[in-house]
Amino acid sequence: MNTLAALAAPRRFRPGFWTAVFVVLFLAFCTVTVIRYTKGLGAVTNLSDQFPWGLWIGFDLLCGVGLAAGAFTLTAVVHLFNLKRFEPIVRPTILTGFLGYAFVIVALLLDLGQPWRIWHAIVYWNTHSVMFEVAWCVMLYTTVLAVEFSPVVFERFGFHAPARLIHRLITPLVILGVLLSTLHQSSLGSLYLIVPSKLHPLWYSPMLPLYFYISAIGAGIGMVILESYLSKRAFHRHLEMDLLEPLARGMVVALGIYGLMRLQGIARNHAFGTLGSYEGRMFLVEFLLGVVLPVVLMSFRRLRTNPDWLVGGAFLAVLGFVMNRLNVSITGMEAASGTRYLPSAMEIIVSLGLVATGMAVFAFAVRTFSIFPDGPVAGRSKEPAVGA
Amino acid sequence: MGLLFDATRCIGCGACSSACKEQNKLPGKVEEVLTAYTWTTVQEKEGLNVRKLCMHCEVPTCASVCPVGALKKTPEGPVVYDAERCMGCRYCMMACPFEIPKYQWDRPVPVVGKCIMCAGRVKDGQPTACAAACPAEATIFGKKEDLIWEARTRIRQKPGAYVDHIYGLTEAGGTSVLMISNVPFEKLGLKSNLPGEPPAMKTWQVLSNIPDFVAVWAVFLYGVHWITARREEVARVGANGNGHGRNGQGNGREDRS
Ligand code: SF4
Ligand code: SF4
Ligand code: SF4
Repeated sequence: MNTLAALAAPRRFRPGFWTAVFVVLFLAFCTVTVIRYTKGLGAVTNLSDQFPWGLWIGFDLLCGVGLAAGAFTLTAVVHLFNLKRFEPIVRPTILTGFLGYAFVIVALLLDLGQPWRIWHAIVYWNTHSVMFEVAWCVMLYTTVLAVEFSPVVFERFGFHAPARLIHRLITPLVILGVLLSTLHQSSLGSLYLIVPSKLHPLWYSPMLPLYFYISAIGAGIGMVILESYLSKRAFHRHLEMDLLEPLARGMVVALGIYGLMRLQGIARNHAFGTLGSYEGRMFLVEFLLGVVLPVVLMSFRRLRTNPDWLVGGAFLAVLGFVMNRLNVSITGMEAASGTRYLPSAMEIIVSLGLVATGMAVFAFAVRTFSIFPDGPVAGRSKEPAVGA
Repeated sequence: MGLLFDATRCIGCGACSSACKEQNKLPGKVEEVLTAYTWTTVQEKEGLNVRKLCMHCEVPTCASVCPVGALKKTPEGPVVYDAERCMGCRYCMMACPFEIPKYQWDRPVPVVGKCIMCAGRVKDGQPTACAAACPAEATIFGKKEDLIWEARTRIRQKPGAYVDHIYGLTEAGGTSVLMISNVPFEKLGLKSNLPGEPPAMKTWQVLSNIPDFVAVWAVFLYGVHWITARREEVARVGANGNGHGRNGQGNGREDRS
């Protein structure tokens, strides 16, 4: 009786605004999925023979993987560079990484023409294909992240033996994770090495793999900061400024190196003359807003130590990263394709639905497991489910 | 084997396109642009008729990028497609420098469509259906060496009647389909900015270095771990043993990095 009354009590179950948004998005996502599988890709996307890769590759794949880069960066910092004080934010970061990859896999299942054949990549090998490498790295690294995260789950249910075993294996696991991440963060860039005659010279470079790798480290760190902030808001936690401030310094270094490399690449392509074009404007927004501005802002200690500015800087870095991936995959490819591509509403719904689901799962995990140092977070906040 | 297309001879009758439809049992009418159901088409450009079809590259970009090896260059020359393997990532479409592979956007179970140089016929020693159907000998089928020789002869015999270039000899590393014309090729809608080196080499340079890279990177990472772990141990022993000099140093270093 008591429990029933408790369950029925309106105060215990009060879906907030964000829960409603999530439910609506999720239902829309399901509808689009059904249409996609019954009517084909043409019915839901603006993709065409001229423009075969769109938002789902540009955002879901390239950004989903990139923003999960915080996981390997931070595990390397803690376990290889032995900076143990960053330990408290490793778990949420690994969780974000894992969700990022899960997000990518779901996105691939939607984007592939014949997703039920996704296992073909395991049996039919073409080692000359970058896509083949990407497929293997995604599979293996998702597994590594799941294993790295599993002690959290084991602990929750009181299985200490497997948790201890994984703890002992953590060094090889982390090394494997860093290796796999390095390989395929960069190979997402290598995907575009094959189109020297198609990708605009502002973005094409033989250094693409390195650009992708370094910018992923920068944005991955930005994401760690951003996610700490979002969790703070959603779960009323404090911001670990003493940890985030040095991370912001790391971000400045990564973005700085990346920015210089990009400028050098553009000079090498003699592409500065194209800055007035449509592509040039898109590049300027990406570069000034997403690289130059965060580097400059975060170079000031005073701004770095101020939570608002810190989060702002991290947000810019992440935004710049997303814009770069969209520019490489869409803006830079449009001229050669002879068409304009704008994602359809249904493509956008799928991407948003995936992001929202990822956030909901994150919020659920934070409540159920000890993700943050202070244990499972009680579901007392006014804005449950989508914690952002 | 290969095909030679001479734009100056093409009369635009479209017999090749219809023959292709029939040979490969492709549904629908011949369309103006390539689609998954129209593997070759004749387009009017600059008063000339130009065929569009897969160029059957010597080092096919499409085959190099396909993660499951659904596209392959056969020893006879055709680049063929195995619909049973393809999982529909469309990387081949993205990567092909000639923008040839097309997709069945309207089907729930789609496959890629592109000219396969009638691989079955070619294997049996027959010419492709399009070459067999051509009434003007604008498309001819034969050994690639013979075709190159034929193209050179035509260009040499009538000076000024042709652009002095065989399209496909060097483009994207060379192709099995060659074209000659009296109008510059870029005006015919053919790509003129293609590198002479096959694009596949660019990715292979990166991919082939992966094993070495993995080995070096793994050793490096383990080395870093070993050093930092050792440093911590030394610091700990120092703290337990003789005073805190070492300890202080270890901590200081950790805080700074
Ligand atoms: S033209 Fe395109 S589809 Fe044809 S073989 Fe070359 S890369 Fe492949
Ligand atoms: S779409 Fe099919 S043939 Fe083309 S690269 Fe992908 S798996 Fe290979
Ligand atoms: S070679 Fe065969 S498949 Fe290719 S265009 Fe000619 S008829 Fe069609």
